[in-house]
Amino acid sequence: MLHDVSFTIRPGDFSVLLGLNGAGKTTLFALITRLYHSRSGRICVYGNDVERAPLAALARLGVVFQQSTLDLDLTVAENMAYHASLHGLSRATAKPRIEAELARVGLADRRDDRVRALSGGQRRRVELARALVHEPALLLLDEPTVGLDIESRRFMLDHVHHLCATRRIGVLWATHLIDEAEGDTQIIVLHQGKILADGARDQLVAQSGAADLKAAFDRLTRKAAA
Amino acid sequence: MTGARVAQYLNCLNGVIRREAQRWLHQRGRFISALVRPLLWLVVFAAGFHFVLGVSIVPPYRTYIPYEVYIAPGLAGMIQLFNGMQSSLSMVYDREMGSMRTLMVSPFPRWFLLSSKLLAGVAVSVVQVYIFFAIAWFWQITPPAWGYVLVLPALILSGLMLGALGLVLSSFIRQLENFAGVMNFVIFPMFFLSSALYPLWRMQQADTKLYWLSEANPFTHAVELIRFALYERFNATSALVVCAYLAAFMALAIIGYDPGRGLMARKGGE
Repeated sequence: MLHDVSFTIRPGDFSVLLGLNGAGKTTLFALITRLYHSRSGRICVYGNDVERAPLAALARLGVVFQQSTLDLDLTVAENMAYHASLHGLSRATAKPRIEAELARVGLADRRDDRVRALSGGQRRRVELARALVHEPALLLLDEPTVGLDIESRRFMLDHVHHLCATRRIGVLWATHLIDEAEGDTQIIVLHQGKILADGARDQLVAQSGAADLKAAFDRLTRKAAA
Repeated sequence: MTGARVAQYLNCLNGVIRREAQRWLHQRGRFISALVRPLLWLVVFAAGFHFVLGVSIVPPYRTYIPYEVYIAPGLAGMIQLFNGMQSSLSMVYDREMGSMRTLMVSPFPRWFLLSSKLLAGVAVSVVQVYIFFAIAWFWQITPPAWGYVLVLPALILSGLMLGALGLVLSSFIRQLENFAGVMNFVIFPMFFLSSALYPLWRMQQADTKLYWLSEANPFTHAVELIRFALYERFNATSALVVCAYLAAFMALAIIGYDPGRGLMARKGGE
């Protein structure tokens, strides 16, 4: 259940949706991606309401779900081509984009391997590359580093930060890991279906009077519980 | 709708069909069993029953026919029935594995995505049926040459109807474990309570209740549509019945996959 959840992500923003397990992050993602309807309220992607104009809204949205959604029996390239066609791209348009995105995540040489043969970290990278094939303006990632080793985690974070900086993609990165909210980020704290704070990282820490983000997060959630 | 928009829709449809074909080819076991199953019935079962069951002259046949010839269209229907259920099984699997989300997050309208999925399954099943007919030709199943052409629309229609039934089932089944039940309670009754293995007049002699159940069975009409088309005849009643069931199943499937109702809502917050 979500209450009064309202926030805005601007182009090029790296926004971290911070919340413990069960805070409502996955539910929020399901609503944004139209997996189920919200009973009230509105969600817009670049001004397009996801329920009234789902075509325009979803076309500008790239998503990496918490659970892997790759087809294990198909090759990396086949998985990506399938995704591209689901966004209406022709094979001729999709092919160079698939090559380029795979090269960016360092998996160009694995394009013809079955996904089953890839490691967990590589699969995540394929999912990230896939979510970018239709050139979305907003990228959603739901706990994208769960189960990854330190190196793969680092890669995902750096690559997505890089996307924000160079391609002006707006990013919503949901996580329960506070250390992923590093550097110049916007923080949205979600707790028990409510937003407790929304703002730049440093400003948020300063406002709460805590020493660091971890302490600030603890204070906020404890105050909400009291 | 503009030309560019239409092209996008076609790209999407093309991609969904391509993926279905790739999955079919990659999964060797499924590929082989789909071919072996009907052949086993044709070669072994029909041989055993060859002298037990005499088939009198029933339309569309004009002469006495061997039992193998009688059951061939039924086995074509069986391929499509299994295929329809198998593609719905893969939908349940996709949902459990999360890959259904890839489909659902596509910006195209849901009715179009489901229809594409359905058409993709039909395309695969039609190819399988033709491979079966090609092999069956060596077992003296030799319908007229035009029959092979005329049977195509019949196969598409029956494939759509059985695939839509699979979609309905997949939207209401929560987990893979429940699928064995579907096999027992859907595939077998549909197959045996139909005209696939014996003409329905035989059923009528044995038990009128079972006869009426078989008459109402959509699979009976799918088989008869295929049988008549293969022998260059058109069975209007069966065509109408199949169309009616198709419309009903499709409507139910769209309700089942509606985000506000059906599966997504009942599944809850994950």
